[in-house]
Amino acid sequence: MSTIQETTAETQAATVDAPPKKAMGLGRTASWVMLIILLALPLFVRNFVIFQMTMLLIYGIAVLALNILTGGSGQFSLGQSAFYAIGAYTAAILIEHGGVNYVLTLPAAGIVCFIVGFLFGLPALRLSGIYLALATFALAVAMPQLLKLGVIEHWTGGVQGLVVTKPDAPFGLPVSQDMWLYYFTLVVSLAIYLASVNLLRSRSGRAMMAIRDNEIAASAMGIDLSIYKTLAFGVSAGITGVAGALGAIAVQFVAPDSYTFQLAIALFLGMVVGGVGWLPGSLAGAAFIVFVPNIAEGISKGLSGAFFGVLLFVVIYLVPHGARQGAIYAETLFNKLRRS
Amino acid sequence: MELFINQVLAGIATGAIYACMALAIVMIFQAIDHLNFAQGEMAMFATFIAWQLMQWGVPYWWAFLLTLIISFAGGVIIERVLFKPLAKAPVLTNVAGFIALFAIINSVAGLIWDFTIKQFPTPFGSSPFLGSQLISTHQAGMIGVTLALLIALFMFFRFTRIGLAMRAAAAMPESARLVGINTGWMVALGWGMASAIGAIAGILIAPVVFLEPNMMGGVLIYGFAAAVLGGLTSPLGSVLGGFLVGIFENLVGTYVPGVGNELKLPIALALIVIVLVVKPTGLMGHTVVKRV
Repeated sequence: MSTIQETTAETQAATVDAPPKKAMGLGRTASWVMLIILLALPLFVRNFVIFQMTMLLIYGIAVLALNILTGGSGQFSLGQSAFYAIGAYTAAILIEHGGVNYVLTLPAAGIVCFIVGFLFGLPALRLSGIYLALATFALAVAMPQLLKLGVIEHWTGGVQGLVVTKPDAPFGLPVSQDMWLYYFTLVVSLAIYLASVNLLRSRSGRAMMAIRDNEIAASAMGIDLSIYKTLAFGVSAGITGVAGALGAIAVQFVAPDSYTFQLAIALFLGMVVGGVGWLPGSLAGAAFIVFVPNIAEGISKGLSGAFFGVLLFVVIYLVPHGARQGAIYAETLFNKLRRS
Repeated sequence: MELFINQVLAGIATGAIYACMALAIVMIFQAIDHLNFAQGEMAMFATFIAWQLMQWGVPYWWAFLLTLIISFAGGVIIERVLFKPLAKAPVLTNVAGFIALFAIINSVAGLIWDFTIKQFPTPFGSSPFLGSQLISTHQAGMIGVTLALLIALFMFFRFTRIGLAMRAAAAMPESARLVGINTGWMVALGWGMASAIGAIAGILIAPVVFLEPNMMGGVLIYGFAAAVLGGLTSPLGSVLGGFLVGIFENLVGTYVPGVGNELKLPIALALIVIVLVVKPTGLMGHTVVKRV
């Protein structure tokens, strides 16, 4: 019933706090160490663990996409699962009905999702904050139902979904399917990661970040708000679509109920845990959403949800700014050690 | 026409559920400026407490009252213990906290009371209301309670000292502190009240949707939609939004061909998004003016 409310902007924190510019990427040494670990680890573990690592990379890409949207342009989305689903279905349909090579389905999924995301971004322009969250949420809720529609059942396989054949390693390379897929995913992830870091450092990226920090100031500086906001939506959706396509190939199966709202929540949690606006954190966030539910299940079957919640609380208490905070802490510690 | 009126009536009946939930959501939004994703689970847990009390032989209204007190205290404790330390953390971290709370409550309730569906009694009876087949006395009672709650809240915020203090604390925390309002406790009080209203909603809904740990999933989504549709800054709007969403959903299910139960929710949500695009602050909400 409060009719008059005045909110002073000075006292209110922005939706997303601006990370220092340098913090968008990872230091050189750390990057190389990370890369070597990712390259070498599959040689020493079982096939199932390789599969899990593939999923880790795939979720990492999807979290990164959300990070570009939220950390980059300050918009909030609970609908990433919808774009992930569209990407997955694009790949599955192209492979199964069109006989297209799986490598080619990735750009196709990316383009389809970019267009869908861009179009969805248009009405979303009028919404912000919690209202945008609801609109994207509606998309996430609607997607599984839309995929089940009878009209497109011939293509989507309806409730049953589609089975996707797993690709073999090319040129007769002596590696297992899982391992080939892992390295394939790793190459795609690296390409996307580098492209994203460069995007955020480019003119467009700076424009997006200006919008995130202060819309009015940004438009006063001559930044076209609608173009960059919808563009952020499109890019984010496109990358999520590529992740979805990879996911479909790795899991070898797409079905409407794999892409429910829970997936969108998981991606969101991954972003928060990894640190909003810090791209390398996406991998840490993905690790959280891939492994922590398993750990929680391991502690207690009946209370797995409770343990998941408790672990999540522990993480956000210790590092409210996500893995970024941990990384900064580690960096200062490292520097101190080197100096002494 | 007969069909139309009947469907609208049925829509109002289900709308009352959403309205109740939306009211609780708006309450807490007023106090803390966040949407509490765990609201539905808190309400579910409170409903289970009421059920447990009745299993132990406590009469309905005593159980009702006790549950309200327990959930009020529970809401205050959750704020003090879990969310006060996060007050300075980024907004998205808070949202993650709500999701964590959701998972914890859902899982604990499942462990204590397991996932079998339980009957929940109603004090209003379930015979047809005024001879109408579509609205039972329970649903009529539910609408009555929602409206009474709305009026009570209106009175509270307009005429009582503490209600005014809460509004002041939410609107201008700095100035409120300067005139001697303990803003920290006002937030806790907001949590407590929202939790108690949620408990009322849960107890009213339980006879319709039956009691189980996941009973609030669908209701919460509609409640959010209703709250956003009506405008998050207006309790009256949220109740209106609740009824509108209920009617929407029923009419879409009846008149649009090929819409089964599955598609009702997406279509209702799509309509809400359209409303929001036309009127971004919701039907009854007011624009929050920000100084830059």
